[in-house]
Amino acid sequence: MAMQPVPEQAGVLAAAPGPSGWARLRVRRSGGNVADRIYAACLLAFGLAIPALFAFILFRVGMSALPAMREFGLGFITSSRWNPVEGEFGALPFIFGTVVSSLLAIVLAVPLAIGLAVFLTELAPRWLAAPIGFATELLAAIPSVIYGLWGIFVLVPWLREAIQQPLADRLGDTLAFFRGPAYGSSIMAGGVILAIMIVPFISAVSREVLAAVPRDQREAALALGATRWEMTWQVALPYALPGIIGATILGLGRALGETMAITMVIGNRPEITASLFAPGYTMASVLANEFAEASGDLYLAALMEIGLLLFGITIIVNSIARFLVWRVSLRSGKA
Amino acid sequence: MLALTGVAALLTVVPLLLIFFYLLRAGVSALNLEFLMELPAPVGETGGGMGNGILGTVMLVTLAALLGLPVAIGAGVFLAEAGKSRLAFIVRFVADVMNGIPSIVIGIFVWAWVVVEMGHFSLLAGGVALAIMLLPMVTRTTEEMIRLVPGELREGGLALGFTRWRTTLGIVLPAARSGIMTGVLVSLARIAGETAPLLFTAFGNPYWEWRPGQPVSALPLQIFQYAISPFEEWHRQAWAGSLVLIGLVLAVSLSARFLIRSPYRSR
Repeated sequence: MAMQPVPEQAGVLAAAPGPSGWARLRVRRSGGNVADRIYAACLLAFGLAIPALFAFILFRVGMSALPAMREFGLGFITSSRWNPVEGEFGALPFIFGTVVSSLLAIVLAVPLAIGLAVFLTELAPRWLAAPIGFATELLAAIPSVIYGLWGIFVLVPWLREAIQQPLADRLGDTLAFFRGPAYGSSIMAGGVILAIMIVPFISAVSREVLAAVPRDQREAALALGATRWEMTWQVALPYALPGIIGATILGLGRALGETMAITMVIGNRPEITASLFAPGYTMASVLANEFAEASGDLYLAALMEIGLLLFGITIIVNSIARFLVWRVSLRSGKA
Repeated sequence: MLALTGVAALLTVVPLLLIFFYLLRAGVSALNLEFLMELPAPVGETGGGMGNGILGTVMLVTLAALLGLPVAIGAGVFLAEAGKSRLAFIVRFVADVMNGIPSIVIGIFVWAWVVVEMGHFSLLAGGVALAIMLLPMVTRTTEEMIRLVPGELREGGLALGFTRWRTTLGIVLPAARSGIMTGVLVSLARIAGETAPLLFTAFGNPYWEWRPGQPVSALPLQIFQYAISPFEEWHRQAWAGSLVLIGLVLAVSLSARFLIRSPYRSR
């Protein structure tokens, strides 16, 4: 469950005049007592533990992936043949499945999440906003494996009968991505379950950035005669847009790395097809399914390289998103 | 617009209601004392339970807390004290990015690091994996909660001649304690439901296991195995297990939200 947003402040020490925050801790070092110096050193060590661990994870996974990188080079991400028995390792089907299912999730989730965020921050009366906000927090707290269980036994059969089969019957001949047969366990099922999982997340961050839109901006719009709708649509949303884009990209990062739920509903077949109703496979899923049974060093290294790719993609995606969210809070004078 | 956004809100709430409906409908029938206390029954037999999985989850989360919380809270204090310095900015940024690392990647990292070194899957490896997930979450919430403590309290301590470390440990941390506790409990609830980092670390085990060097079962792992199995009886148990898991997760995170009230929470 999301913690409350907290405005960025200068460090707690900055209330007093003089150099702020860490600089002050260091200034004290010259004259401070021994215990304080040890204390500052300990804190520094704890703080540095995080980047150190991060670098170590990157290093260790990278080293484990090295044999595969040497063996396959760039061919690893352009080849679509994945046949461990024959020693063929091409990651393209997994990259394809990951990207398509995540994009589908974003397309489904973003309108819902923004609608929900606007509803909760701008429109809904308090008696309604509180329980709905609480419900979305509950959604965010449900473990991934439970989404997967529900996906297997409820969502997939329903999608197959109520959505995929009718769509395949009517549009399957004209539109390639609605082509049958309707498998149920499919890229579409993966996208839908991911969408359900990331809506609360995207809307929580969107709510924070919407709430960070300065009051005077809203009041100015209303004073100029804007209706509530115009104020939201033409002032609040554009102002918060970079943050909402950041929230969307954060959601994308979640979707890309999500493992259990999607592994349970996507069908796990390393194929690239245009049809959303056909089974697919994601990078996270192939790790979950094949890592424990991987025999042979090259097989393991290939899986490690998939993990490294996934790691790299999520680092980039999250960095961009954090930057965007951070810029909005900076602009509204909160940083 | 009210209608349009209202529909969006409705569409978000519906899956929640559906998930809880099915959890209760399918889960309650398989839930009994035997389920909570017993080992899994062999394939084909009815009955049995997930007692070892529940115990395993409790042990894994406890171990993760022991390993992860001291560092996480220390790093949170560092971030709060270091404020706007460039180093703090970098640490904060890395913590945020680390929060976004897919849990499965943490799993393969811990496999390559701990499991390969030890030679087999273990409770210890699972605990390390969950501790790594815990670290960035608790660091950031701890920092935020410390920042909510009014500066005057700290200055009061310093003015009385306290050293810096005593001011932090004796005044600031106790003042932020309830907020930090909330963050810790919410984070523990989240890692309790994690499956992916445990797949190749704790691995799972059909028996009771207490030794830290041995593979251990966990509730989410068992739910996963049962859910993808072809057996009707196991599906029933997977639902019951999910009901127990969500009960645990919600009990911890809701009690954190409602029972512990920080005097300095902004709303």
